[in-house]
Amino acid sequence: MSSLVLTLIKGAIALNVALVVAAALVYLERRISAWIQYRIGPNRVGPFGLLQPLADVLKLYTKEDIVPYNASKPFHRIAPIISIAVALSVLCVIAPASYLLLDDGTKLFIAVAPNVNVGLLFYLALSSIGVYGIVLAGWSSNNKYSLLGGLRSSAQMISYELAMGLAAVAAVMVSGSLDMNQIIASQSGGRWNIWFQPLGFLIFLVASFAETNRAPFDLPEAEPELVGGYHTEYSGMKFGLFYLAEYANMFTASAVMTTLYLGGYDMPFLPTLLGLQEGTLPRVLFELAVFVGKVSVLLFLFIWVRWTLPRFRYDQLMNLGWRVLLPLGLANIVITGAIVFFVR
Amino acid sequence: MSDVIQLGPLATLERVRKVRQEKIYKELLDRDTTVLFEDPLENDMVLNMGPQHPATHGVLRVLLRLDGETVIKCVPELGYLHRGYEKLAENCTYVEFIPHTDRLDYLAPMSNNVGIALAIENAMGIEAPPRAQWIRTLVCELARISSHLLATGATAMDVGALTVFLWTFAEREKLYDIFELICGARFTTSYTRIGGVANDIPDWVLRKIRQWADEFIGQLEDVEKILCRNRIFIDRMAGIGYCSAEKAIALGLTGPVLRASGVARDLRRDQPYLLYDQLEFDVIVENDCDCYARFMVRLREMRESIRIIYQLLDHPIEGEVKLNDPVHVTPRKYEIYTKMEELIADFMIINFGPPAPPGETYTAIESPKGELGFFIVADGTGYPWKLKIRSPSAANLQAMPHMAEGSMVADIVAIIGGIDPVMGEADK
Repeated sequence: MSSLVLTLIKGAIALNVALVVAAALVYLERRISAWIQYRIGPNRVGPFGLLQPLADVLKLYTKEDIVPYNASKPFHRIAPIISIAVALSVLCVIAPASYLLLDDGTKLFIAVAPNVNVGLLFYLALSSIGVYGIVLAGWSSNNKYSLLGGLRSSAQMISYELAMGLAAVAAVMVSGSLDMNQIIASQSGGRWNIWFQPLGFLIFLVASFAETNRAPFDLPEAEPELVGGYHTEYSGMKFGLFYLAEYANMFTASAVMTTLYLGGYDMPFLPTLLGLQEGTLPRVLFELAVFVGKVSVLLFLFIWVRWTLPRFRYDQLMNLGWRVLLPLGLANIVITGAIVFFVR
Repeated sequence: MSDVIQLGPLATLERVRKVRQEKIYKELLDRDTTVLFEDPLENDMVLNMGPQHPATHGVLRVLLRLDGETVIKCVPELGYLHRGYEKLAENCTYVEFIPHTDRLDYLAPMSNNVGIALAIENAMGIEAPPRAQWIRTLVCELARISSHLLATGATAMDVGALTVFLWTFAEREKLYDIFELICGARFTTSYTRIGGVANDIPDWVLRKIRQWADEFIGQLEDVEKILCRNRIFIDRMAGIGYCSAEKAIALGLTGPVLRASGVARDLRRDQPYLLYDQLEFDVIVENDCDCYARFMVRLREMRESIRIIYQLLDHPIEGEVKLNDPVHVTPRKYEIYTKMEELIADFMIINFGPPAPPGETYTAIESPKGELGFFIVADGTGYPWKLKIRSPSAANLQAMPHMAEGSMVADIVAIIGGIDPVMGEADK
């Protein structure tokens, strides 16, 4: 019973952290894009404009919620909920630090759902459900632009999930487990998967960009062509939920990439040099800092790429997914499999 | 009930609107023109892009017939910014019409000002003094850079590279600052007068222009670096919106769109006006006939404009900026206040307009968008009997259906960016 309460507490903390991170990301995105574009960015609300996300959310909450005439109301309502729910629920398998050794000798794992033996599969499965939010939003809005956006996103997500899954398979072959904690444990001491799986990392990275609908793959919401894409007909906090889901997705994708390829919370040599024992509070805080640092690098990459590259066209996106990434992913599995078979 | 003819202005408007809609839809659904695309599943969709759409550069309305994402048929509809300038011109004196030209191609008002001034002077048979011509050449090239900067930036934004748009906008801001120093206005300049320009450009402003030109090349290189070797950008632009040289000439395209189709026509070289016959510059031609070629033509033309600006700044011409011709040109302020004859001349010009001898003249300049021509029929009074504007944007937009058919929805915005229409000019 106590473990259930503990999980609920951890889940609540994770949810709040995710929402704060999403808000912080909105702020960072605006500041970094301003820096790239010779602008200043938000700097009026609070010190350095830090309260800007709060002001944005407040504005969205007070906006009128408009549902278009002839829209399919139940689906129109449920679509943003699916998007945000999926984006947030993936968080439970992510392990931002190892464990805390309690006085009675039990291990308190930091992850919400630690040692799930299908952790990675859970992430892949839930991120594919995320597409329903966008497709339903596009279809239920009764708007041609929304429909085109929804169709684009379904095609895009299905084709890039394959490449993503194949890249993950190769990483799992190296690590030998689907459990997030095990994957990180197998990479301890600087034996990060990125050194053994550079190609796999690249494929997973590109596929993650496509999965999270970020530029250069932001076709479902390509504003010059489709006005707002699938969320053209959304207003108020429903639109805000889509927005939040995009940033939460970015965060979880970066966290999964960190776990799979960058060794998660592992940082070689430094804990031993600093004399941090496993299971102690300083060690957990150190691991959290390492994890956050690695995720931040990836998040910066997400933002940097968005403000640098133009957008793909629909058919070019499909070409890249099916003709380049998929064969590369398959070749990566074969090569990894051969090496794993002969070396071990 | 609908067959009963109703009376009244609203009913007439309604009828006109209905006929117009039917015409558009008939053209859109015309099957004779679509040979390649069959539609056994009847999954066509008519998509209305604009007039309120982020990528249609103003109030252009494009109706698309789509099969999935492929454009089967494209019909642009113009006229949402029609203000009746040609009719308005008949009720303005020649002097009064100059400010209206700011609102034609509002991205390069200086160029339009020079165009109308040259046209009116041609109709009157007078010529501005050398210093005025030198200044006009200079501001024309500055306006060309300003317009091309927006065209390249907007094209990049339409294919998703938002950052380039803001970079080019920052440069345009600096140009607007220079325009403000030259004539006191950033956007609606109205700088030229009949027989000259409103005021001289002081030396310190010329030094500012030179300083800006020195820095500008570096900014231009940044834009080239981020786009011209970018695989995604080239894939999005190359081969899109093909328009062969024959088709371009048949459709009457001019400006960068025509030169991107491999036709080396530039009025600055072919029918030199102002000081262009004394300047050294290349006519930029690309042979690929696609959106990327149009983009590259604009980028390279900006470098040529900088070259021209340097030549002009290196060889300044001194002298008066306005012709001394009391019948056609308004005298200077201090002369009006101190001399009787000039006061009378000023009164006559302001109230009745400077008279142009009866006759027909057509004067064209190479504006940033293409051949901007003014056809003036004068009847001896201070008002034009007819003033027809040959606007490059309207002519260039004719190529849009030809370029768009068979491309994808995402290409439409690249094609519009490549044509670079300004609706103020296309709709007049």
